[in-house]
Amino acid sequence: MADEAHSAAATTGADMAHGADAAHGADGGLVFHPMDQFLVKPLFGHAGDPVFWYTPTNVTLWLGLAVLAIFAIMVLTTSRRAVIPSRGQSVAELAYGFIYKMVEDVTGKDGVKYFPYIMTLFMFIVVANFLGLLPTAFTPTSHIAVTALLAMAVFLAVTILGFVLHGFKFLGLFWVSAAPLPLRPILAVIEIISYFVRPVSHSIRLAGNMMAGHAVIKVFAAFAAVTAIAPISIAAIAAIYGLEVLVSFIQAYVFTILTCVYLKDALHPAH
Amino acid sequence: MATEPIDLEVAGTCTDAAGSAIGMPQLCDAWFGNQIFWLLVTLVVIYFILSRIALPRIAAILAERQGTITNNIAAAEDLKAKAHEAEAAYDQALADARAEAGRIIDAAKAEMKADLDVAIKKADAEIAERTAEGEKAIAEIREGALAAVKDVAKDTAKELIVALGGTADARTVTAAVNARMKG
Repeated sequence: MADEAHSAAATTGADMAHGADAAHGADGGLVFHPMDQFLVKPLFGHAGDPVFWYTPTNVTLWLGLAVLAIFAIMVLTTSRRAVIPSRGQSVAELAYGFIYKMVEDVTGKDGVKYFPYIMTLFMFIVVANFLGLLPTAFTPTSHIAVTALLAMAVFLAVTILGFVLHGFKFLGLFWVSAAPLPLRPILAVIEIISYFVRPVSHSIRLAGNMMAGHAVIKVFAAFAAVTAIAPISIAAIAAIYGLEVLVSFIQAYVFTILTCVYLKDALHPAH
Repeated sequence: MATEPIDLEVAGTCTDAAGSAIGMPQLCDAWFGNQIFWLLVTLVVIYFILSRIALPRIAAILAERQGTITNNIAAAEDLKAKAHEAEAAYDQALADARAEAGRIIDAAKAEMKADLDVAIKKADAEIAERTAEGEKAIAEIREGALAAVKDVAKDTAKELIVALGGTADARTVTAAVNARMKG
């Protein structure tokens, strides 16, 4: 039963070796493979080839496209350096002003020197999210490995920065001096736990949101194969897609503003 | 209906025989190295694109625009001040012109009045002279008339006396006439 369904999924699995099985299972009814879109595949060679750390994969392709898109949005549009901006240049300036103001508002004036790093994070996440919305695209930010790296980078950078700037006074972040003395050790335990949970929630929030939306679209897409409910299915895909457009931006925004908040803790650890 | 076989033993290979995902591809640790490596490359490239090219350029554009706006506002303020100055100058000129006109009017009035006074004085003098002449003539005429009346009265009195048969004593008649004329 499961094997039959899996054979049918070869149409989405892009595995030419199983083409015969796919033809055999084409009339097999509903086929659900919502997670196949998250598979990592080598760009060249056969689908079953092993993936080494240096192998160019679909991850590489879509990360490369994200780099090109960022280059187009931020560099090509501003090449005229017009005082009165074109539409493209307005977008670049808007992105710049949006993140610059966020960094300045959340972390204060002394956080502005970390603006390029935060801008890198934001541009990468927002562009990768939106590219992932293209049909048949691969979404790097739906992978926990990707978001965990981002979140751990933020966590380690912020923690090291806090100790470098403030030494052991950085631990004052966990010692709530505003609370009554007997409560402080308990609060310190809670604060420390919440501090170390940060990278976990930071990364799973982004990957989970991206994965869930894409998987739901795929589930609705499978229902479109049944004629009776196809219109509802397609309407639902359109609706979820609209929601995903919103989520793509909001998750990038949330990730970036949380990074700013963590950075603020490193710069000003006092409660 | 296919139910995903979540077999953790097989999940090590991440895909089944048909090339479909087993469980969540996100948890397939065989692919972590690949994703992390390419992500690091990507982030470094993006960082250099942004920090070396895009961000300084956009900052320069925004600064230039801010400068242009500031300059234009300053120029506008300047022009506004100039307009105020011009208006003040215009008002001043208007006030000066009004004062000048008033002065000219006063001067003309004074001149006209002086001319008029001279003419009036001259006319008054002429009138007085004429009046004096007239009065003199009237007095002469009246005197002449009195003398004539006296002569006529004397002659008439003499003739009457003669007609009545008396002798006309010239001295008496004259005395009588004079007495009558006085009365």
